[in-house]
Amino acid sequence: MKTYEIVIGLETHIQLNTASKIFCACKADSWGAEPNTNICPVCSGLPGVLPVLNAEAVRKGALLAAAMHAEINPVSYFDRKNYFYPDLPKGYQITQFDEPIGKGGYMDLEMPDGTIRRVRIHKLHLEEDAGKTKIELGERLVDFNRCGVPLVEMVTEPDLRSGEEAAQYLTQLRQLLRWIGVSEADMERGHLRCDANVSIREAGSAVLNTKTEIKNVNSIDAVRQAISEEAKRQIEAVEAGQRIQSYTLDWDADTGTLRKMRSKESEADYRYFREPDLLPVVLSAEEIAQAQSSLPELPLARRARFIRDYQLSAYDADILTSERALSDYYEESVSLCGGAAKVVSNWMMNDLSRLMNETGKSAAELRLRPADLAEIIQLVEGGKISTATGKSLLAKVEAGGGKPAGIVEREGLGLIADEGALSSQIAAVLAESAAEVESFRAGKESLLGWFVGQVMRRTGGKADPKRTRELLLEQLKR
Amino acid sequence: MNSIQLSARQIAQKVRAGELSALEVLEDHLRQIQAVDGVPGSLQDLSLDPSEESKVHAFLEVSAQLAQKQAEQVQARVQRGEDPGPLAGVPVSIKDIFCVQGTTTTAASRILYNFRPPYTATTVERLQKAGALIIGKTNLDEFTYGSSSESSAFQPHPNNPWNTQRVTGGSSGGSAASVAAREVPLSLGTDTGGSIRQPAAFCGVVGLKPTYGRTSRYGLIAFGSSLDCPGPLARDVPDAALMLQVLAGTDPKDSTSALAPVPDYLAALQEGVRGLRIGLSRDYDHISYPDTLTGEMSVQAIQPEMNSAVRDVAEALARLGAEIVEDVPMPNARHGIPAYFVISRVEAASNLHRFDGVKYGYRTSAPVRGLSELYRATRAEGFGLQPKLRILMGMYVSAAQHSAQYYQKALRVRSMIRSDFEQAFDPRGAYRLDALLTPTTPTTAFRRSEVLGDSVLMQYSDQMTVAGNHAGIPAVSIPAGLDPLGLPIGVQFFGMDFREDLILRAAYAYEQATQNAKWRGVIPQALRGSEVSA
Repeated sequence: MKTYEIVIGLETHIQLNTASKIFCACKADSWGAEPNTNICPVCSGLPGVLPVLNAEAVRKGALLAAAMHAEINPVSYFDRKNYFYPDLPKGYQITQFDEPIGKGGYMDLEMPDGTIRRVRIHKLHLEEDAGKTKIELGERLVDFNRCGVPLVEMVTEPDLRSGEEAAQYLTQLRQLLRWIGVSEADMERGHLRCDANVSIREAGSAVLNTKTEIKNVNSIDAVRQAISEEAKRQIEAVEAGQRIQSYTLDWDADTGTLRKMRSKESEADYRYFREPDLLPVVLSAEEIAQAQSSLPELPLARRARFIRDYQLSAYDADILTSERALSDYYEESVSLCGGAAKVVSNWMMNDLSRLMNETGKSAAELRLRPADLAEIIQLVEGGKISTATGKSLLAKVEAGGGKPAGIVEREGLGLIADEGALSSQIAAVLAESAAEVESFRAGKESLLGWFVGQVMRRTGGKADPKRTRELLLEQLKR
Repeated sequence: MNSIQLSARQIAQKVRAGELSALEVLEDHLRQIQAVDGVPGSLQDLSLDPSEESKVHAFLEVSAQLAQKQAEQVQARVQRGEDPGPLAGVPVSIKDIFCVQGTTTTAASRILYNFRPPYTATTVERLQKAGALIIGKTNLDEFTYGSSSESSAFQPHPNNPWNTQRVTGGSSGGSAASVAAREVPLSLGTDTGGSIRQPAAFCGVVGLKPTYGRTSRYGLIAFGSSLDCPGPLARDVPDAALMLQVLAGTDPKDSTSALAPVPDYLAALQEGVRGLRIGLSRDYDHISYPDTLTGEMSVQAIQPEMNSAVRDVAEALARLGAEIVEDVPMPNARHGIPAYFVISRVEAASNLHRFDGVKYGYRTSAPVRGLSELYRATRAEGFGLQPKLRILMGMYVSAAQHSAQYYQKALRVRSMIRSDFEQAFDPRGAYRLDALLTPTTPTTAFRRSEVLGDSVLMQYSDQMTVAGNHAGIPAVSIPAGLDPLGLPIGVQFFGMDFREDLILRAAYAYEQATQNAKWRGVIPQALRGSEVSA
């Protein structure tokens, strides 16, 4: 058998998180709404009404273009894509065809072997979403709620080489979208949708063979699996001497199988022409510069900086830069902790991460702010409280608020380091444990840990362990 | 006194002064409609009484209740000492291509026979705010696709009040007829290739197509979105100026509406024509028409009275101190119709996509299997011939394999037509025009059924007007006499972007200078013998 290379391009639809739809004042998000309750004459295509462009959608589109290193088009146009479907109430979709808001661009993927795969962007444009149809009891039902939701359609060049790479592209894209705040990028809610174009060729060849298009690969696992399945099918077909046909395939996530939807022999003619109801989208040099400069430090750059400046492991840096708010949280905590990067990282990777899992909150939503975390860490590091107390403080601050030092004070959680207080507790332990004292003095010095434990038990864990040990030794060896 | 004899200005002035009640005005006009209009257009095949032949049939629907409510509101404001607005108590008819809440809005098509819009077009809203009474919806060519108003799905179609065997022109034929027949002093029309000016010329009234973007398109059911302009039809120039004043201005609901300030059009009329440079063009004294078999373009003469009317108007203006500039070249005028055939139909075909029987309007009652059949049957039954022709042609010339040859080329022709005007109006150019004076139409009103069915010939009746739509510039058609058959002749002034004031000045100067001309005293046939004509 020959060696084959898989060639993949991804077409993604990204729902922008604007407050209103792209051409009318309806709410952009209809999640959970009854069908056809979030519509108006404009988005449901009544006669005589006109679209009015949402400036926020343009701003977010431009920001995304900047984040993809695309050139932002100073003058872009909307066009009509004409076709009939019941979920498209005007009978045409308003989209951008030959002069879109973004031109070119790329995203770099870091491969497991440390090399970088550059995925070029073929097209990045703004458009309106269509509605939804479904068949129920033999009747076709239409819901227009989603009509006019602002989308960015982004199509990659065929630069991906495996289902795994495609999955990584999507993971990284999702992270980026949230990072720059243009989309919630929740795949389950359809904020980020993906179709995959797949073809194969002999390794080393540069030709592009006939591709198939897989629709509805709407989770990262689905992308990985569907592409692998389809590549396998194509290789088997070619090995069996068959020709690959230009199918559209539907991914059924429940059964993990591909279903042929239709053959795509002839391309539909959408008869694109300029949308006469909208003016050209003109972005001034200042607005373009603004989009570029308002771009925050991007995830990969921040990850690299964390490794370099804070000496974090690649693994820790990955986790801590998985979300922008989390990485901000980390940096603020480090700075408040006087630069104790590794210690803060340990706390966040273990205890804070557990707290977030348990409460279901993101870093941005936590009540426990970086200043609180830094205070707790400093109390532990300064020997004012035990590590265990520190950990319990995380949950206490999160649940009830208040400053950590205040809680320690109020609840008497501070370590007992006072010699008098500790000595009387030690005396009491020794008085109860005559047999163990005798053993110790007879040479079984390993019992020291047991004595420390007894003191801890009597003090509810608040005895300063170092001081306790010292005083125990003094008294036992007397 | 019957208020149908009054101008819109006089009505508004008297209503505002408390000398005349808006309710009385409404009653007079409803009575006139009753007297001259006949049965409204209907989808049913009616056997009509022969007397209907001599009726005007301008209206599809008379909205007496809506108008009554508005008249009461106007009177209440007058009584409270508030200003009821510049059109207080003035009845206005609305071409049935504008969505008006509380009316059925059909576009004269079966496919919208039952459509009741939950919103009102911005232009209509402005009229209502100004105190106008929305008295009814007027008939038109189906979806405005025509130049005679005969292609309405709702028959009988409007007849020309000057001779009811003649067409009104179109597509704003019902609007023009309603003004000429004194059923209303003002009507709101639309002009995509000449649809205000051509019927205004045929019916002997004033029709103004504003600059593209001067008036909002929101609520206007689109034909050619890049060409469509709402505008006034009136019996004299100051009434057209008054109505434009109310209509003009930017609209946040229409992104293509203009931000340019709106001047005082009525005040501008008083400035006269002394010093204005008025152009004449030999490219507008004939039409170019394609041979139906070979497609070869040949020059055809136009009705001679058209050219002599233009001469008469030029001479009258020259006597008033205007400078007449002869031989202004408009070399691309002859490409106006071919380019329009392509551009307007591409936009029309797309704009008609939404009428699919899924959401509103007509849906086939035939049993259908599947979606495609639903679409096909609904559209086959719901659309008349004109929409179907325009869909076919629009689809063809915008198809991927034809677009460069037709649509893209037509867009280039369009910009050449625009540059003809830019050169003529260039203040540092050779001609430095303030207005270009041309005939409005190649002929006066043609006979009913004479041209209907020949879609190409029908389209060519817009050859004189269509360049203004391509260029986006304003143009006004005014009456300039009657031909030997007693049919009105119209001439038109083209102007620069947003200089409606200049063309209205020229039009008004001519109107004033010919106030006592004999032809102005002639009463349209449909009004003769009626009690209210005197």
